[in-house]
Amino acid sequence: MTDISGLSPRQQRLRRVGTTEAGMHTLPGVPPEASTDQGDEHGLSGEARGQLATAARRFIHEPLAVLGLSIFVGLAVAALLTGWFWTYSYTSITNTLNAPPSWSHPFGTNSIGGDVFAQVMHGTLQDIEIALIVAVLATVVGASIGALAGFYGGATDTLLMRFVDLILVIPVLAILIVLAHIVAKQASNWFWLAVIIGAVSWTYVARLVRADFLSLREREFVEASRALGATNRRIILRHMLPNAAGPIIVNATITVALSIVLESTLSYIGLGIQPPNVSLGLLVDQGQDSATTEWWLFVFPVLFLVILILSIFFIGDGLREALDPKKNRVRA
Amino acid sequence: MSETTLAVQDLNVEFATGEGTVYAVRGISFALAPEEVLGIVGESGSGKSVTALAIMGLLAKNARLTGSIAFGDRELTGLKEKEMSGIRGTGIAMVFQDPMTSLNPVYTVGWQIAEAVRAHQDVSKDEAMARAVSLLELVGIPRAAERAKNYPHEFSGGMRQRVVIAIAMANDPAVILADEPTTALDVTVQAQVLSTLQTALEETRASLLLITHDLGVIAGLADRVLVMYAGRPVEIGTVEDIFYRPAMPYTHGLLGSLPRLDSDGSERLRQIPGAPPSLTDEPKGCPFAPRCPLREPLCDEEEPALRTVVAPEDSSGTGPATGGTHVAACHFADAVADLPVASMFSDSSEDQEGGIT
Amino acid sequence: MGAYVLRRLVISVVVLLLATIVVFLLVAESGDPLSLLRANPKISHATIVARERLLHLNDSLPQRYWIWFSHAVHGDFGQTIDGQRVGPQLTSHLLVTLRMVILATLISIVLALGVGVYAALRQGRVGDHVVTVTNFVFLAAPVFVVGLLLKEFVAIPLNQHLNRIIFYTNGEQSPTLTGSFVSRLPDYAAHTALPTLTLILVSYSSWAIYQRSSILETMDGDHVRLARSKGISPRRVLVRHVFRNALIPVTTVIALDFAAILGGALITEIVFGWQGLGVWYLNGVNNLDVNVTLAYLLISATFVILFNLLADIVYAYLDPRIRYD
Repeated sequence: MTDISGLSPRQQRLRRVGTTEAGMHTLPGVPPEASTDQGDEHGLSGEARGQLATAARRFIHEPLAVLGLSIFVGLAVAALLTGWFWTYSYTSITNTLNAPPSWSHPFGTNSIGGDVFAQVMHGTLQDIEIALIVAVLATVVGASIGALAGFYGGATDTLLMRFVDLILVIPVLAILIVLAHIVAKQASNWFWLAVIIGAVSWTYVARLVRADFLSLREREFVEASRALGATNRRIILRHMLPNAAGPIIVNATITVALSIVLESTLSYIGLGIQPPNVSLGLLVDQGQDSATTEWWLFVFPVLFLVILILSIFFIGDGLREALDPKKNRVRA
Repeated sequence: MSETTLAVQDLNVEFATGEGTVYAVRGISFALAPEEVLGIVGESGSGKSVTALAIMGLLAKNARLTGSIAFGDRELTGLKEKEMSGIRGTGIAMVFQDPMTSLNPVYTVGWQIAEAVRAHQDVSKDEAMARAVSLLELVGIPRAAERAKNYPHEFSGGMRQRVVIAIAMANDPAVILADEPTTALDVTVQAQVLSTLQTALEETRASLLLITHDLGVIAGLADRVLVMYAGRPVEIGTVEDIFYRPAMPYTHGLLGSLPRLDSDGSERLRQIPGAPPSLTDEPKGCPFAPRCPLREPLCDEEEPALRTVVAPEDSSGTGPATGGTHVAACHFADAVADLPVASMFSDSSEDQEGGIT
Repeated sequence: MGAYVLRRLVISVVVLLLATIVVFLLVAESGDPLSLLRANPKISHATIVARERLLHLNDSLPQRYWIWFSHAVHGDFGQTIDGQRVGPQLTSHLLVTLRMVILATLISIVLALGVGVYAALRQGRVGDHVVTVTNFVFLAAPVFVVGLLLKEFVAIPLNQHLNRIIFYTNGEQSPTLTGSFVSRLPDYAAHTALPTLTLILVSYSSWAIYQRSSILETMDGDHVRLARSKGISPRRVLVRHVFRNALIPVTTVIALDFAAILGGALITEIVFGWQGLGVWYLNGVNNLDVNVTLAYLLISATFVILFNLLADIVYAYLDPRIRYD
């Protein structure tokens, strides 16, 4: 629905009595689609707050999504609390070597006496930190580039997208290996790790946003905004971005999960987080040879890694269902 | 009384959605005689498309249907999908609203028509294709034999719709349901498609259920008209009844909002203020009352049933809602029928108070 | 259709050429390949200078690119750090990796399509939920986790229990293997099974999820409604109008993922100790071996582009609308 309040009464009447794009005479006073959905296929409707409430309500009804959210929040909170309050830190060294799980060491100890529980918790925290930075970086950069490409179309679009395609022709992991090698020796390399993972992840977001914007800009409300004299910037920020927000949010969530996968893989092959810092991938690498003997060195990091990633995927899937306005459309 | 091709009796359709139940159709009954054209008019959300889909058995999975749909002597409600397939296309066929998405983009037009033919006729592929080409000629596609090998995206919207009509005609159905066949098309193309529809009727001798929100389309083709509002029929009658003696204020409103070629241009169009009700509430009283300029307290108390409208000269209207009788769902139908068309609606854009007494 | 294929072919070549530039820039700007040598006090200055000349490190960037590129198109990928020729190493490692990748890709596609269809048809029921959750688990688990789990908790216990080696967990073939190709097959199979399975499990899941939602979405489409209204049998509607159309977007998704499969193969090789491209590449990067790095990136990009070309052709066959693009 276009925003017509700024028009003169005569113009308003014309709009109301007006014709659809097919030149038919619509019944006055009637919106073109009086169905029970929440707006057009991008969820644009009058009340943004109502939309948010609906999305939240739908999210709560997805059991997997709620489970995912609880687990993720639980892990994050547990990791933080462990870091502050647990007897051992991830760098502590004790005299108990290779001990199986016990009350004082719930996840056992490793070959130099480190407490596995503290390490797994810190690894989880580290992974979450990195992932969130990556998601923000990738989403901001990706959405900006995608929006520009989709909005302006033509040469800008072709140039930007060919560039993206070119990068994606090379396996992401291969690129990351080269980049990770460069940053491996840096101080606070966890941050640089986040940067390089973000640097390869923005491409997916850009593609998505560009596709969305390309279709959005053909929509009538964009034309209408332009007719009312809105600047390009305003159109992009105030009108198109909110419409594309749903898929962007879902994609950002997936990016969080994927970045954990990438970071843990890099750590596993030795090019990610470096000792004495820990990440779950690194712990798996260190524990893989003991999988059948000192099982706690392998099983706990693997378990937490998989559960962490899964929980984020469930959240992402729940968000996708919740934000998809096509679900309850009834054609009358 | 002539035999009935299609009889719908007290059809109700509800949809169970995440946000509650949507009462899309609330008790519609009508009968379609052989070779008759019945127009169903209403705005979006009035339940007209749902009615057509219900007849075809093509509703979504969350639909709950009660009532009866009798095709000849067969009851259609409750039929299994396989049994329904036997009737679709050959007994009852359908023309859909959006020609851009109705046809499958990956098969040629000829193939899609031939597929319809072979679904019900035991013919070879070549014979079916030949029939497809002749159907294309019938609906006015030039160079039919060549164009049968083209894909839908190589046709314009109007031509695609004609292909859809060709598919509907392919097995000489007894009933054709046309769900807003011209809504998505330009005005100039509409006329062509409507004339194609008429050709289809002549060829197949089928009855037509024409669903639209455009009264102009109705005026040209229909024998009888059924006006729907908020999921129910609110007026049924012949085209003359509806256009010259509408007995329900909503019908007046529809007519009043039509621009007319024979007006002098200085008349303002009359509008129905307000918006149609949400389909999730079950209204108390007449659903049109909030927007009706002739609203009385009775209107809010009791939902009016369809009552016979007294004809101007004689006072012997008879019988239930079958052809030849004019009925309307208004407590004051007789009085309303005597009012000049759309006079109760103002031509200003402000809401007005009013009443009939 | 022919014109379309030709056009895609030309574009692919152009993309490949541009990719070589990107690859070269990436590697050339990623640091000094001789830093290890320079840090080593035992290496004489003269050696380092000679090395510099060999690697043309003092030439300008475009010159270096041209030198590398012009040799590469003739199959000469230069020398490794140890003075071996890169070309033959590339070829032998490639053959090893291809075994796994081709097999895994084919099986993954078939599996994904089948699973996706099954889940879509059983939507909302137990079968669907089980499949969806399984898909998610495999989607979430990183490649190395799946590989390690198969290795430690499937292969080793199974082998121990049966007291013979069913699944090898190290290497792509037994070291002393001889004989005709056919006689070597069982050995290949026993070595290839688990790594390929790993790759399959992580690849099929995202495609299966996509296939399922593609089918569900197609089923809601207008053209399916029209197809049903024609009165054709429900099964025919499913096959001709739902599956057929749902394949189209899935093809794109599969094509996009191929690069990820190569990355997955890299990791799988490390987990299972295969002497494939992945291990070779990783060692090359760690040793700052420029030529090895460049060669791997080039060959990977080539395969991805080839696969995408193939996908483009399949796509055009499936969707007539794009044939005249």
